[in-house]
Amino acid sequence: MKIKILWALLTLVIAGLIAVPWIASYFYIFIFTEILILGLFAASFNLIFGYTGMLSFGHAAFFGIGSYAMALVLIYLEWPFVVGLLVSMGVSALLALIIGFFCVRLNEVYFAMLTLAFGMMVFAIAYQWRSVTNGSDGLAGFSLGSFGLGLDLTLANPAVYYHVVLAIVVIASAVLYLVCRSSFGMILRAIRQNPERVSFAGLNVRTYRLVAFVIAGSFAGLAGGLIAPFLRVASPELLHWSMSAEPILMAILGGTGYFLGPFVGSAVFVLLETWITSFTESWMLVLGIILALMVIFFRKGLLGTVLDWWMEIKK
Amino acid sequence: MTNPILTISNLTKRFGGNAAVSSINLDVMRKETMAIIGPNGAGKTTFYNMVSGRMQPSEGNITLDGKNITGLPPHKISKLGISRSFQINNIFPEMTVQENVEVVLSAYHGHSRKLFNIASRNTGIQQEAVELLKRLGVDSLKDQRAEVISYGDKRLLEIAMVLATRPKLVLLDEPTAGMTPEETRRTTRLIKSLANSGDYTFLITEHDMDVVFDLADRILVMHRGEKLFAGTPAEVKSHPEVRRAYLGEEEDEVTEETGA
Repeated sequence: MKIKILWALLTLVIAGLIAVPWIASYFYIFIFTEILILGLFAASFNLIFGYTGMLSFGHAAFFGIGSYAMALVLIYLEWPFVVGLLVSMGVSALLALIIGFFCVRLNEVYFAMLTLAFGMMVFAIAYQWRSVTNGSDGLAGFSLGSFGLGLDLTLANPAVYYHVVLAIVVIASAVLYLVCRSSFGMILRAIRQNPERVSFAGLNVRTYRLVAFVIAGSFAGLAGGLIAPFLRVASPELLHWSMSAEPILMAILGGTGYFLGPFVGSAVFVLLETWITSFTESWMLVLGIILALMVIFFRKGLLGTVLDWWMEIKK
Repeated sequence: MTNPILTISNLTKRFGGNAAVSSINLDVMRKETMAIIGPNGAGKTTFYNMVSGRMQPSEGNITLDGKNITGLPPHKISKLGISRSFQINNIFPEMTVQENVEVVLSAYHGHSRKLFNIASRNTGIQQEAVELLKRLGVDSLKDQRAEVISYGDKRLLEIAMVLATRPKLVLLDEPTAGMTPEETRRTTRLIKSLANSGDYTFLITEHDMDVVFDLADRILVMHRGEKLFAGTPAEVKSHPEVRRAYLGEEEDEVTEETGA
């Protein structure tokens, strides 16, 4: 019964999201595009953090590489948009395979530090390899061609682009959700709670962690492929370690124990940033206070706290 | 009962200069229940850790069913047929009791590699999990979160998880430690019925001598990392050195010996 109500609510939310371009200003179309893309980025991160228990400080590497891959495809190859997205995912998956190969051998803080180190290396390369990445300016000036799949879409129109992003984020999230609900996903949750027990059940924990890392990396790359055309630039900031902090904050704000938590976190993060920066410079202070309160009093995040409370009162 | 399932030769583990386990030779026969006894620090857990792959031996060989498994990682040893429990409860605290067993069953049946099935609708695995829980008498708890059930039930749940990989050899590390007398009786009865079923070969470390003599076909007595004696419970009971060291020989006799 309650599960049905939740699904109905989710359907309503998606219907509301579909309607955004007709009821909201351009400004909010941009805001919601950003929420969706960063939500997917954060959800991909939560596969390794909330589900598998690996705190990565380098997830922006895959997001950023995805955005560069998309920009390069659009500039030099002029391939259709969907092909660009697949290239973004593929390149990020490959990078995640290489970085993950080294990182999943380590645990806890060592894992976190190594992901941070790799993230910094990727940033440094993008920053200094001017002939390919155009250094600190990043890659801009690409034009959005066709969408692909025989669909005639004007991607340069923000409302159209918003709908494309919404469709892709919903599909990608559904795939990620299925992975979380699968036997493989169950093993990931088991690894977070007790990796030793999983290895004594006959599974190579490193392999499972690596596969999760690559899946998360490829979906971060997909989000990166969506952000470059949205921002009209792929720049080193997207790879910076401070960008790696965003999915962590969003996942914790929304709730790491719930699949949709990171999306809620992304919405709260982007909306608060927008509203608070409009009347004060100290957005970071406010964010810091909110985060501290969440971690001290509402460990389960916004979504987790609300769901718990709702499950309690309507028993 | 004739050929051994596990053969251990010259097994040694040194930490720095100290040998925690030194030159152990042992054959464990198919379908027997062997107990390992010895005071704290005798090297029982180190011995287990080497057999189950948690530690690399410094020297020696471990052969399971004719295969050399010395120094293999835990997941490979588990796949080859050794399953173990731990002294401290080692479960998945945030999952339900049934899910705990399902995780191990998914691993065993290779379902863990499936990315797009729906774990909660895997009826085959669910039925098998419930049957195993029934066998351990904890099926009524299947929907509880594992962290909230009693200490003794957690230990039984862990045995269910250990059996879920259909092991050739089961290592139990102090299965009744920390249990109430009633829980100990219940657990001993359960292990005995599992052993009598002829499906398993057990290696059990245990402090409770009543449990040991109740369960074991043979007993290995360890002392300071070495094998002091191995034999039937009757032999162990009558072995003078073992009596003196571990079996609570009358106080005065002990003092006599040490005083002399």
